Parts: sequence; structure tokens; C-alpha cells
Amino acid sequence: MFKIDPKRLDLAAEFRAKPIGIHSPELQAVLTVMRSLPLEQRYVLIRRKPHGEWALGQLTGVRNEPPRIYHDMVFHTVDEAEWHVFKLRWKHATGEELREEMLP
Amino acid sequence: MTRRLVAYSDRFSAHPGERVEFKVNAMSGGEYRCDMVRLRCGDHHPQGPGFQETVVAAPVNKTWPGRRQEIHAGSCAIVSDDLRLSSIESFTLAAYVWPTTPTRGRQGLLGKWCEIKRHGFALAIDEGEAVLILGDRADRVDIIRSGLKLHERQWYLLAATYDHETAIARLVQHPLDPMLGGPIEVARLLAAGPIDGNNGAPLVMGAFLCEENSRLKPVGRFNGKIERPRLASVALDDGAIATLTGSTPPLPLRDVLLGFWDFSRDIQTDRIRDLSDARLDGRLLNLPARAMKGHNWDGTKFDWKTAPEHYGAIHFHEDDLYDAGWDTDFTLEVPASMPSGVYCARLTQGDEVERVPLIVRPPKGKATADLLFLVPTNSYMAYANEVSTWPSGAAEHAFGHLCGYVPEDIFLWTHPEYGLSFYDTHYDGSGVCYSSRMRPILNMRPGHTTSWIGAGGTIPWQFNADTHILDWLEARGIEYDVATDEDLHYEGIELLSRYRAVVTGSHPEYWSTPMHDALSSWINDGGRLAYIGANGFYWKVGFHPTLPGVIELRRTENGARDWEAEPGEYFMSFTGENGGLWRRNGRPPQSLTGVGFVAQGFDVSSYYLFEKDAQDPRVAFIMQGIDPKDRLGDFGTVGGGAAGLELDWVDAHLGTPWHTLRLASSVEHSNYIMLVPEEVGSNAPNMSGRENPKVRADITFFETPGGGAVFSTGSISWAGSLAHNGYDNNVSRMTENVLRRFIDPKKFDMPQG
Repeated sequence: MFKIDPKRLDLAAEFRAKPIGIHSPELQAVLTVMRSLPLEQRYVLIRRKPHGEWALGQLTGVRNEPPRIYHDMVFHTVDEAEWHVFKLRWKHATGEELREEMLP
Repeated sequence: MTRRLVAYSDRFSAHPGERVEFKVNAMSGGEYRCDMVRLRCGDHHPQGPGFQETVVAAPVNKTWPGRRQEIHAGSCAIVSDDLRLSSIESFTLAAYVWPTTPTRGRQGLLGKWCEIKRHGFALAIDEGEAVLILGDRADRVDIIRSGLKLHERQWYLLAATYDHETAIARLVQHPLDPMLGGPIEVARLLAAGPIDGNNGAPLVMGAFLCEENSRLKPVGRFNGKIERPRLASVALDDGAIATLTGSTPPLPLRDVLLGFWDFSRDIQTDRIRDLSDARLDGRLLNLPARAMKGHNWDGTKFDWKTAPEHYGAIHFHEDDLYDAGWDTDFTLEVPASMPSGVYCARLTQGDEVERVPLIVRPPKGKATADLLFLVPTNSYMAYANEVSTWPSGAAEHAFGHLCGYVPEDIFLWTHPEYGLSFYDTHYDGSGVCYSSRMRPILNMRPGHTTSWIGAGGTIPWQFNADTHILDWLEARGIEYDVATDEDLHYEGIELLSRYRAVVTGSHPEYWSTPMHDALSSWINDGGRLAYIGANGFYWKVGFHPTLPGVIELRRTENGARDWEAEPGEYFMSFTGENGGLWRRNGRPPQSLTGVGFVAQGFDVSSYYLFEKDAQDPRVAFIMQGIDPKDRLGDFGTVGGGAAGLELDWVDAHLGTPWHTLRLASSVEHSNYIMLVPEEVGSNAPNMSGRENPKVRADITFFETPGGGAVFSTGSISWAGSLAHNGYDNNVSRMTENVLRRFIDPKKFDMPQG
């Protein structure tokens, strides 16, 4: 199985610049691994205001059970939310923190 | 983060003068205000035209008292109480059973059991094993257990007897697969007294039944199949029970048989037939799945019409729902002052706003415009209350972005009684093959965005996406009437013949045979079709022959599917037709519209480049005012381009007419826009828009023999580009060029072959 290389900060930078859209094959591989995590860890967005405000949520993986909603984790753009979740998953996959200032 | 006010009406469309009943669940009670509004645009996108609706005068525009109304989901078969049933003292119950969730609590299979009094008798499943439950008049309940777990999705013959003279009760659990062991029999003296069959309860299969506020409420709901349920008024031995399990009532038992139900009869109905002399026919509640394989299906028969004896099972689900059955809160007689268009009953209670769409047609038998917007209500029903991303491990990595949920998503996921869509599976994992509009459909609302469409799930889909087309028609001053798929199904070519042109919605995916026949005949007779969407004319569906507002789909052996029909269960119960893709039923979309489904993905959209056919004089009217050197549609609120979400392309092998002109094709699709399964014969790495040139939308035009024509854009996101730059853009221009010419009576000439 493909493993995410924590040294490939260039891929993190590519994602940061454009979270949604056409990506390099290597970033695509990273995203496929990240986005295939089990359901009970699946991050989602919970809309608070149309096109303006989202809270982070997490599915429980149990049928008909509401998501956990983190009302203290609120985003005003989808790109910010995607970047936040990318960092969480980077840490989960590699064990290493990903911080904005580390990006090339 | 959820919903407190939800509603539905008894019909999707109405002519002026017709009555529409609205049924409301105001969960907090209190009062709510109703206003009828004409809908123009339901998309809140900040770069779009904005949410637009106008209040129109209607007698129902006032404050109404709210009340709570519940939905009781779950299917079962009901045989009304009868003196012969209520006077039972001894009995034999038997049935073939195929449980799908045997460990999910107590589930009623067959019996006359009152859950409130706990009187009567029933064969059931409890704690994973077959049980016989007996209740006497002194409220004593005795349960005989098989003692051995039932396996999921395995056939068993279950039988139970009780002899009131000996007070011995007996239970048999007999797996048909010898790998699961031999039959288990448990017999003992009953601890309770004489059973109470005179408990006021009907005989029920697939649940226990209660009444709540005068409405039936299935409890103890069974997931799985039941076949050949039998009831006799004496305790039979194993030899006699064996004769009960055949397909015809055994003559020696004629006098004691009270029920010999044959589910292979009347498959197209909601009735069950009793072949015994008792003639205790029954009815089905909430449409369990019929035309289901029985224990004897052996892989040699595939069409239930030719071998009904192989299709004697009914599959019951705890989350089946046909009709919410709510009481009417107010009735609108559609005023003559409402011109044809899309309206909503807007219900407001504090911050809660619920909008129930209503398609208002022109006066009966008349057209008030040359153009008909055919509202793809079958597709809205197919997606009704869809919750597919919640249990799906494939959601995010297939769509390329985080899913974004809105309050109605959370409500639906936590209220399974509101029923499921064709994109969902039942609790037991089997596919949802019936979908009804007799319930609130919370994702068919202006303002709704779909969790998996576009970044953050911020993009409208189906009904709300189609309001981009309404908005554009209004903005460009193009007069139109509206009618629904259901109207076309029932009225056929007579409806279409009143119009010169039809414009589709963005995703008209689900078509019945009468609809398809009507449209193709009308096109060949001179009708003009503007198909400004994609993945249309894709799945074949059937309407129920008698029940209103419900359609059937079988997701058969190919196509982009969220579930797969079981082998041998491809023929629809409502119509007897082979279900699945129109492509595999001899009518690929390409043969009707020039293009057909090739790829899909839900992250970003792209644009088209013109092809040399765009210079052909036959399409000069389409290209008027458009520079063929420009990119077409490199803008829009749906993923940023006019080519996206789902894409259709030409394919001569699939019937694209020989004289079709391909004006433009889209390019530069993302990693997440991938070929659909029916375009992938064998696995290969070049699936996406980054590697495969087949991943594209084609814009096509061709003429038909009767002076008609067909124009197709091959993309669902097309409608999201119409309003760009104050409606002054090449997507808007091209669409208007087409529609203005299509409503012109001047015939199109077919080129010479």
C-alpha cells in the first residue's frame, strides 16, 4: 500500500494552494489514501450558513446516529476546512505535525 | 441543525381548478404561516442570480394551526381479523423464511398477535433464533425457542404447532442448506393457558401491528423474505406440514386450512392471495419488495412472469415506506390566476421555513406557450431523501472533497422513517427498489444543496439545480409551460403534441417506457428536444399500475450503481419489464439524443472547445453571435464551468444518428471525473479526465424526419453557467439560439444520406 511520505511537503503545498481541482498524480495518491479512512473517522462539514460558515463534524459510522459536531471548529471557506482536515490526516498518517510555515 | 417543520402534498402537479392537499408535521406544535410563492431561483450561490421567489395571491395564504404527525415505516402483510381466525384454539403456522438481520431484536414473521395486550400467537425471530410466542387471556406469555441461531440470508422452513387439548406447543427450525445442519425441533407443554386468538388483532406477516392515533404502526419489523406462509386450525405432524409447503393446497387438509398464501400471484399489486377455501386474502402495507426469488429459485429462470413459482417470496424491510398517510392540514384549489410554472407552498414558523414544490400546469388540455419545461420528477423521486454518503466508505475519495451536510441531511439520517431513495440500501443492505412521493422529500426543496456535489457540498442538484433553468427562462423572457415526468407517463404524446419544443432539466435520468415511447415518437413527428443536461434517459423505471406516486427501479448488471439487484431479480414487479439501463434494454440514450452517459465526478467542472462541425451551415443558427475560437462555458456557479458533474458523449455504436453534428467537446477534466462502469470493459488505470480522452461532454445537433430536431449539451453543470455575466455569455446565447429556433414552426430539413 502507498504510504504518505512526511518529507513530501511539496505535495502539502500543492494541496494548500488548490485543495479542490486538478492535482498532480502524486498528490492524488496522497488524497486517495487520506480520503479512504474508515467511516467512523470520516470528517465532514456541517453547514451553519449557506456559502459562509461550516463547523467540522465527524461521522460515527453507526447507522442513523447524528454526526459529532465541533462547534468550536468553524470555517468561513471550504478551502480552509479542507486544509484543516488535510493537516489532521497528515498527522494521523505520518505521525508528524504539518504547519503552514513548513511549506516550501 | 435539524428540521422542525416538514410537509408534503398529495400531488406534484395540478391544473388550475384542481385541488392539492398539503400535509404538515409541525413538530413543535404552534402555528405556521403559509404563502404560495412562484419560484424563480433556489440557489444561494453568491456569484449566481440569488434566491428568488415571489408571493402570489392564494386563499391558503394565512396562518394555520400546527400539529405533530408521525410516519410509521416498515412493511408487512395484513389479513383482516375474521371469525375463523379469532376462534382458533389449535394451529399450525409454517413458512419459508430468509432472514437478513436475525439478531436485530424481536421480529414478527406470521401470527395473530396483539403487541399491546400481549395476547395471541406468532411465529417470530428473537435473539437470533426462531421462536413461537403464545399469550393467553390471563396475560401469561410463553416463548418456545429453537435454541439455534439463524444464519443471515439462508432459507429455512419454520413451523410451529399448538394443540389446545394436549397444551403441547412445538417449533421446527429447518435449514434448507445441509451445510447448516439438520432440522431442530423443540416441543413442550405450554406454561400459559389456552391461547387468545380473539385478541382483535389481524393476522400479520413481517411485523407485529399496533394502532396509534387510528393509524397502523408496524412494530417488531422483520427484515428478510417470507414465502408460502400457511395457517391451519389444527396441530399438524411433520408429514402433513411437508404437504403444506408445496405450491397447491393439499386436498386432505382442505377442511383445516385457513391460509395458503401464494405470493407469486398478483405480484403487480399490493394484495396477497390465499389459495385455501378460507379465501383470506390480504393486503400489503408500505410496499415490501415483490417479484423476489423464493427458496426454489435455481438460476434457470430470470423472468418472474414466465416462472412465477420461482418468485414466491416477498422481501420485507423495517424501513419500507409508501405513504406517510398524514392528515390534510389545508387544501389549495389552484387559482386560475396562477400561470403555469413552478410554485411552492412556503410554510414559515419562526426560523423554520419549509417549501413544498407544486408544478402548476396550464388549463387542462391547453398549452399557454410553445415551449414545455419537462420537470424530471422521476429523477427527483429517485433521489428522494437520499442519505447515501453517510454509510458509504466511498463517498469522499470518490468525490474529491469533504461532504457538506445541511439540516435536512441530519434530519433524514436520524429519521429513517421518512424513507429512502434509489441511491440507498435498506437497513439490511438490500437495495431500495421503490420510491414514493407520498412523503416529505426534503432534498427536493429550493435552497437545498447536496452533500457530495461540489466543494463542501455547496452545489444544488436535481430540483434545486433545475431552478437555474427557470431563472434563465424568466430572465430571457422565453415563455414556457411546465409538466412533470408523471404527467408525461400518463398523458403520453398527447401532452407533447401541444408543444413545439421541450426543454429538459439538468439530469432527467429515470424514464418509464410510456414516457420514452411518447418522447421518441414526438421527436420523429417533428418535435424539438433541447436536452440541456446529462446522464438522461439512463435508467428504466416502472410506475405502479394502481397506486399513485410510486416508481420502481432494479439496478441490474451494469451502470453506475449504489447497489446491485440480486441475480434473478432484474424484472420489475410493477410492470413485469426487464429493468436496468435503457442502454441494455435496446435504447441507449445516444439513439434518442445523440449523446449518452460516459463519465462522472463531483469536484470541479470544465469548459468546451468548438469542433469543426460548429462551422456547418446546418448549425449556423446555434452559433449566431458566438465566436468558435472562444472557450465555451469556462465560467459558472457549478464547479466553475459548463461541462461537469456528469458527462454524455457521442457513440455511433450506441446509436448516435449518422448525421449528428458534434459542435463542441469539453476538455481538461479533473482526476475525479471518471468513466462510468459500462464504459470500462476491463480494469485499466486510465479512468479519469487526466488520462482518458473519452472523459468529455459533447454538444450535438441533429434533425429528425418529421421536421424536428434534437440539441444536447452533454453536461449537468450547463444550467449553472446560464446566468453568468448578467446572462450575457456564450452558454446563454447558445441555449437561447436553440430554443428560439426550436419554437419556430419552420420545419428542419434532414440532410441527404
